[in-house]
Amino acid sequence: MKKYKKLISFALASSLAVSLLAGCGKAADGGSTSSGGDVFKIGGIGPITGDNAEYGMAVQNAAQLAVDEINAQGGINGYQIEFKFEDDETDAEKAVNAYNTLKDWGMQMLAGTVTSGCCVAVAEKTVADNMFQITPSGSSVDCVKHDNAFRVCFSDPNQGMASAQYIGENGLASKVAVIYNSSDIYSSGIYETFAAEANNQPFTIVSAEAFTADSKTDFSVQLQKAKDAGAELIFLPIYYSEAALILSQSATLNYAPSFFGCDGLDGLLGVENFDTSLAEGVMLLTPFAADAQDELTQNFVKAYKEKFGNTPNQFAADAYDAIYAIKMAAEDAKLTPDMDVSQMCEAMKASIVKITLNGLTGTGMTWEPSGEPNKEPKAVKIVSGAYTSM
Amino acid sequence: MSFISYLINGISLGSIYAIIALGYTMVYGIAKMLNFAHGDVIMVGAYVVFTTVSTLGLPPALGIVLATVACTLLGITIERVAYKPLRNAVSPLAVLITAIGVSYFLQNVALLVFGAGTKSFTSVVPLEALELAGGELVISGVTIVTIITGIIIMVCLTLFVNKSKAGQAMLAVSEDKGAAQLMGINVNGTIALTFAIGSALAAVAGLLLCSAYPSLTPYTGAMPGIKAFVAAVFGGIGSIPGAMIGGILLGIIEILGKAYISSQMADAIVFAVLIVVLLVKPTGILGKNIQEKV
Repeated sequence: MKKYKKLISFALASSLAVSLLAGCGKAADGGSTSSGGDVFKIGGIGPITGDNAEYGMAVQNAAQLAVDEINAQGGINGYQIEFKFEDDETDAEKAVNAYNTLKDWGMQMLAGTVTSGCCVAVAEKTVADNMFQITPSGSSVDCVKHDNAFRVCFSDPNQGMASAQYIGENGLASKVAVIYNSSDIYSSGIYETFAAEANNQPFTIVSAEAFTADSKTDFSVQLQKAKDAGAELIFLPIYYSEAALILSQSATLNYAPSFFGCDGLDGLLGVENFDTSLAEGVMLLTPFAADAQDELTQNFVKAYKEKFGNTPNQFAADAYDAIYAIKMAAEDAKLTPDMDVSQMCEAMKASIVKITLNGLTGTGMTWEPSGEPNKEPKAVKIVSGAYTSM
Repeated sequence: MSFISYLINGISLGSIYAIIALGYTMVYGIAKMLNFAHGDVIMVGAYVVFTTVSTLGLPPALGIVLATVACTLLGITIERVAYKPLRNAVSPLAVLITAIGVSYFLQNVALLVFGAGTKSFTSVVPLEALELAGGELVISGVTIVTIITGIIIMVCLTLFVNKSKAGQAMLAVSEDKGAAQLMGINVNGTIALTFAIGSALAAVAGLLLCSAYPSLTPYTGAMPGIKAFVAAVFGGIGSIPGAMIGGILLGIIEILGKAYISSQMADAIVFAVLIVVLLVKPTGILGKNIQEKV
């Protein structure tokens, strides 16, 4: 017994000595030791509490899923990834705080943020630090105005224009009303391009009414005006919490137009205790439908359901694609974790415009140097409480 | 026809503001403090109904009773724990800050217990919408029930304050706390009773609010709470009929402003009217003129 003890203590002591020497060796190199170690540190920011928690939670879960998959397959260029997600409650100030927290943790690239307002605020910080940023779902124009920022989703102008074209080309209605949130950059951005594109389409906007963050419970006036104007379809470029209220208030007014929305309506079916029959027939523009038959989508939906218990929405799909876009670009750029943040950013910027990603939200996705993705828009319809491809 | 529809919706929204404003104004009248946690008591009431009726499947009537009881107990507890020890504090700001603290405390507890997700509230009003003028004027069942409930509460509360012994005690305490105590009135008991009534009203308001606008989050009570506070100031804080008039007027101004001026300026219009009223009549519509003796 005593002998073993001696043996063990010798082994421990020698390992200690070796590690000390190893330490010396490194120091002797005099190389500028950067923040990284032997893992890539990717951060994420989004609302996991508050109004838009569905989005943040979806992004957090799906990004983690993608990171786990990549790590299981050997990581990026042989290095593992660490992923850390911080809450911003859809508040720009809290998003900046979250960014600083992640930087203290050693974040090297940012897969965020989830919502537009926060993303614009954080983009100002990432450009100052020259950190590579790819937002899964920040769709306002200013989210990617700096050259270090890219996105996976469509921009607001794209969504507004695509919605107007979709409604026009498919002859969904001739009189359209719009209810939008004038205090929100996402909503008003979509509305502006929708209204501009509507002039080229065979329908007219008969009523366009706004609401603000402080008066987002009573929609009786907006609905009454749409009804009086004889609107057959109401375009809702807003988030799902308010949309759920609009749907139920419209039902109490015995008014049943069709409803058409953008990616913000995703999550509607996840509102607890929501009577999904109210959402029957609601159409939304989304790049992802969980019922799609391709292998990639089915595997993703299956893995996500197993791990988190619910069906992923398009935010989850966007986040999953964002992590794979990082992986692909990082492999193209031959990134290693010991590069500093700015070096990484320069390498990633050059590589992301070269890659072609077959992702959940589009096949053959490519990126422009401006930060915008190239892919086809799709629409889904809610039938019997589930998204169905149109 | 749409004007009548706007007006009815305005009165309905105003009735909810009025019921919440009653809680603010009674507490202010008697304890001379602004209970900023009042809006969050509404939210707690709504969550109790949601849990009992939607999750546990109890009959709505039982849910309403439970919510009222829960809010009453909550109101008394808040008063006892957070406000009473500070009642004689040197600065009146101390208790105001505590009230804001309680407000955040309730919101965060709700976040913890119920989570952040929006919950869709099943209306506890089984009434069908009323269609008049050949379907041109549709009044929802909730609107009718809200207005009727508002009227009943206002009549009962006015009778209670003016006719009952406890109500008279409230008036006396609001007039002069010290003198009331000398006359043998239980001041602590009266203040607790005020909180109890105010909180029970908050439960009713929460129920009506969430039946009319069926989305429930931990922040549901915050904005209506602030609007109702404005209504109380508008009508003359401390005055019970003032809170009723202030609430209903505020609701009508908000809806008509939204309909005929601008839907995004609704709040600005409401506050502009408030400023004008306060310039003309600094104590609010029914507020008493207090002459400072020098």
